[in-house]
Amino acid sequence: MNFELTNDQKMLQSEVRKFAENELAPLAPEIDVSGEFPKESIKKLAELGLLGIFIPEKYGGSEFDFVSLAIAIEEISRACASTGVIVAVNNSLTAYPILQFGTEEQKQKYLPLLCSGKKIGAMGITEPNAGSDVAAMETTAKLEGDHYILNGTKRFITNGTEAGIFIVFAYTDKELKHKGMSAFIVDRDTPGFSLGNHENLMGIRATGNCELIFEDCKVPKENLLGEEGQGFYICMNTLDVSRIDIGAQAVGVSQAALDEAVKYSKERVAFGKPICKFEMIQNMLAEMATQIHAARLLVYNAAWCKDAGIKRFSKEAAMAKYYAANIAVDVTRKAVQIFGGYGYSKDYTVERLYRDAKILELYEGTSEIQKVVIASELLR
Amino acid sequence: MDIIVCIKRVPQTAEADVTIDSSGKDIEKDRLSFDMNESDSYALEEAVLIKEKFGGTITVISLGHQDTEDTLRIALAKGADNAIRIKAEDFDELDGYKTAQILKSAISDLNYDLIFTGCIATDDAYSQVGVTLAELLDIPHASLVINIDTSEKRAHVHRELEGGLTEHLDISLPALCTIQTGINEPRYASLIAIRRAAKKEIKVIGKEEIEKENLLLNTQIEELFIPPKTKEIEFLTGSPAESASKLAKIFKEKGLI
Amino acid sequence: MILSEKHLAFREKLKEFSDNVVAPRAKDLDLNSEFPHDLVKKMGEMDLYGLFVPKKYGGAGLDTLSYAIAVEEVSRACGSTGIFFAAHTSLAVAPIYQAGNESQKQKWLIPLAKGEKIGSFGLTEPNAGSDASATETTAKLVGDEYIINGTKCFITSGHVADVIVLTATKDPSLGYQGISAFVVEKGTPGFILGKEEDKMGLRGSITSELIFEDCKIPRENLLGEEGDGFKIFMQTLDGGRISIGALALGIAQGALEYAVKFVKSHSISNKLLSRQQSIQSTIAEIGTEIEAARLLIYQAAELKDAGRPLTKEAAMGKYYASLIGMKATNTAIELHGMLGLTKEYPVERFIRDEKLMEIGEGTSEIQKIVIARQILGK
Ligand SMILES: Cc1cc2nc3c(=O)[nH]c(=O)nc-3n(C[C@H](O)[C@H](O)[C@H](O)COP(=O)(O)OP(=O)(O)OC[C@H]3O[C@@H](n4cnc5c(N)ncnc54)[C@H](O)[C@@H]3O)c2cc1C
Ligand SMILES: Cc1cc2nc3c(=O)[nH]c(=O)nc-3n(C[C@H](O)[C@H](O)[C@H](O)COP(=O)(O)OP(=O)(O)OC[C@H]3O[C@@H](n4cnc5c(N)ncnc54)[C@H](O)[C@@H]3O)c2cc1C
Repeated sequence: MNFELTNDQKMLQSEVRKFAENELAPLAPEIDVSGEFPKESIKKLAELGLLGIFIPEKYGGSEFDFVSLAIAIEEISRACASTGVIVAVNNSLTAYPILQFGTEEQKQKYLPLLCSGKKIGAMGITEPNAGSDVAAMETTAKLEGDHYILNGTKRFITNGTEAGIFIVFAYTDKELKHKGMSAFIVDRDTPGFSLGNHENLMGIRATGNCELIFEDCKVPKENLLGEEGQGFYICMNTLDVSRIDIGAQAVGVSQAALDEAVKYSKERVAFGKPICKFEMIQNMLAEMATQIHAARLLVYNAAWCKDAGIKRFSKEAAMAKYYAANIAVDVTRKAVQIFGGYGYSKDYTVERLYRDAKILELYEGTSEIQKVVIASELLR
Repeated sequence: MDIIVCIKRVPQTAEADVTIDSSGKDIEKDRLSFDMNESDSYALEEAVLIKEKFGGTITVISLGHQDTEDTLRIALAKGADNAIRIKAEDFDELDGYKTAQILKSAISDLNYDLIFTGCIATDDAYSQVGVTLAELLDIPHASLVINIDTSEKRAHVHRELEGGLTEHLDISLPALCTIQTGINEPRYASLIAIRRAAKKEIKVIGKEEIEKENLLLNTQIEELFIPPKTKEIEFLTGSPAESASKLAKIFKEKGLI
Repeated sequence: MILSEKHLAFREKLKEFSDNVVAPRAKDLDLNSEFPHDLVKKMGEMDLYGLFVPKKYGGAGLDTLSYAIAVEEVSRACGSTGIFFAAHTSLAVAPIYQAGNESQKQKWLIPLAKGEKIGSFGLTEPNAGSDASATETTAKLVGDEYIINGTKCFITSGHVADVIVLTATKDPSLGYQGISAFVVEKGTPGFILGKEEDKMGLRGSITSELIFEDCKIPRENLLGEEGDGFKIFMQTLDGGRISIGALALGIAQGALEYAVKFVKSHSISNKLLSRQQSIQSTIAEIGTEIEAARLLIYQAAELKDAGRPLTKEAAMGKYYASLIGMKATNTAIELHGMLGLTKEYPVERFIRDEKLMEIGEGTSEIQKIVIARQILGK
């Protein structure tokens, strides 16, 4: 472990920060209102290599490490939380499981598409009746000849409306419980696959969130990811990595809120002095800064574990995600507080940040689920 | 086409609270962030665009302290081929002329068709280094350049003048241009380019490699200070009716009405 | 968390010491308000007092991270031993190492680092706690001697110390500019031991009043230059905050471990406490916060070793570790139920010990002001 970033990590941080400030931040308020998926931004992110951050160069990726992934997602999310999660889902929820569990053919076919942004990725786990309880899912996949026939509905799927490549989980054998779950790579144009309702969300509004509907959807046999029955393992393994991302996204949103609050507290005058001169305001700023710093270190800590090749880092990943999400809600709340009534107005960024923060405690495992994971390790 | 681009690492002061350090001649830099001088990044991009068209090499050179290497590496990631740092720690106080002298000495042995610098550094705002360097190298120069068209031996350049005027010049190469912002759209470095650049070596040269006989410091900073506030601007916010009543109140307080 | 092989091995060694040697003494030290002379000697034999001091000055030639780990491990078993260790090292060894000249290092640093002498640090006064610029103790240069007059209070190990690093001012009206740092040795005429504090926690540590009445010390006992006192103690406190942070962290970790042990072995209606979700929830929260505090403190330690600015990070580490330390120790009692309030279980000691961490070496309010000043850029 070394807290100091390496040369290439520092360069990546400064370039992504500049890009995000100049290209993403100006669009963020607009797409928050319109809910429009930021296609142009995604194209530019692809050109810079941010859609395949840790994917090897031979598959079209940038071949950085997981700490770099965390740095990049933080910087992108600091400018625009919607864009942050779009990139995170593409990298960690789609490209990662293909890299980790895919066959050589699958990697060669799908990874370059995902890294170049020619196709965007999405992952379908959640269903109307299966959220935290993943194993309660009802979608099934039956092998018939050369195809698996998928039937079921997925809900709340980020990138759903725009994605070309979906990782979908379904039961190949419901009897075996979670050991009977399998993962599939599903192309958007597969017959029997259609999109359902679009979600109208409180925050991260420009993420193309929608339902996926599978009606006798014929997925070629070779699109099985990993082995039959390996689905649940693939899902959990992937979530460990993607929790680094969500933690980083939370740190980015929080940092943006702190930056706004610091700036505003120096400008806003009350009772004859800038409000930053009031100790109660300083208290909040100091608490926010400390929480963010701690969260960032927890996120890096999980990424260091992954980079060091440690197999089991569920605890570290869950701690990072739980803590960062938790403080993001608190930090953005304090930022709104420091802005006073202006913080409640859509004219100010902190209003959006407060809404964007809430989802962090919910997706990719609610805070309660993270605590179950952490406690099971600590009480082992 | 071989191009040399002179770049400088400068503190980002636009939105920061700037304070004077204990010497009284410089600002506190501890908490500031640093980046490539703005017009230098346009100069670099212009060089990369020309290289993409005609081939050749780009050498970036900077007189700076160790952390300047971070900035040089970014330049490598954006398309430069070689990078040289001249150790600023070897030369006490600097002014525009002395900086140009040191750069000249480092550049003399290099091959070049064009030298680009930014038109102004955002920290000391001297606007001298580029043109002085051209004079010392005895080559033609054009300042405030907003467009360049090059052929083998000559360059056709546009200069930005006051009052919306543009001057078109034809100059023979080798030549030096100080580049104005807005001439192009500087690119961001891609991740792969960053990874490659992180491994590249930066040549570091010190006072042994620089002719130092005639290094001259013509100007010295006496004092740097933040001018005292003379006037206070207050923005009246709220609906038109609200701000009007606030304004009326102020007029009354000041005894104007 | 991933540590280097070197630091992992060091932690293992300290863990063993803490579990086998320190822990069995902790309860008695607290109950009897007994200063752990035996442990103090053992830690000296283990070279723990000069972990970041080069070997030529009697140190171990390791780094600040090792020191933080050591304080954490010792405090996991016993806060009293931890505060002695932290004060001796961060507040006496460190300022002499950082600000002392060669002959001062030869004279005091070497025996302090080897544990042959005990050190302490006298900054706080009855009227100068958070606001050290209000220091009233004076030091007047007369001939070749400084004459010290004034009273210091709440000085850890004051009564047993052989060497005291002391702040005093040329003239109280000068504020920070007037303050210098000195070394005073035990037995110097005019140096009088005042009362000993009877405290809520850390009862195995000594907290003393020190009185100086025309106490004459040689001129060469001045640390650094005249007027350097403020600079020296600010630097000392940056390092000190790492150690108090590590101390708070160690106590929190100790409390968590006892809590985990308890909930895994006690049941309500035949269901182990550890199976109750609300208990899992608290354990997960505290475990996460402790990990976060550890990262903050280790990072500050790394910054110190790299010679980089660490004021903000050290203040964050100290503030946060003591904040979550209070939560951890409080929860540990709650999880024990009424048993947690008895002396049969150690957790009530942990909360009493932990409370000082929010106060000593800069209260949490002061840490937050330090942090705010850093982020506001003023
Ligand atoms: C904007 C958005 C984007 C999303 N993106 C995706 C995506 O790309 N792909 C995807 O597959 N899913 C996605 N999701 C779904 C998300 O992961 C789920 O919403 C989440 O897992 C929670 O499931 P649920 O909503 O069904 O809540 P439930 O599981 O019904 O939980 C309700 C409450 O009960 C608590 N709870 C449940 N089980 C336990 C337990 N064992 N112990 C303690 N408390 C418990 C929960 O913590 C929560 O507070 C997204 C959701 C949203 C809102
Ligand atoms: C067990 C123990 C060991 C100690 N060891 C040592 C030692 O070895 N050497 C040494 O020199 N000292 C030592 N101390 C003293 C300790 O460092 C002081 O107690 C501490 O600095 C606080 O000072 P104070 O008690 O005078 O509180 P005060 O400064 O009187 O503070 C009272 C309250 O006011 C708040 N406050 C003060 N100023 C501000 C402000 N500007 N803004 C907001 N809030 C403010 C504080 O946070 C606190 O809540 C020790 C104390 C104890 C209890």
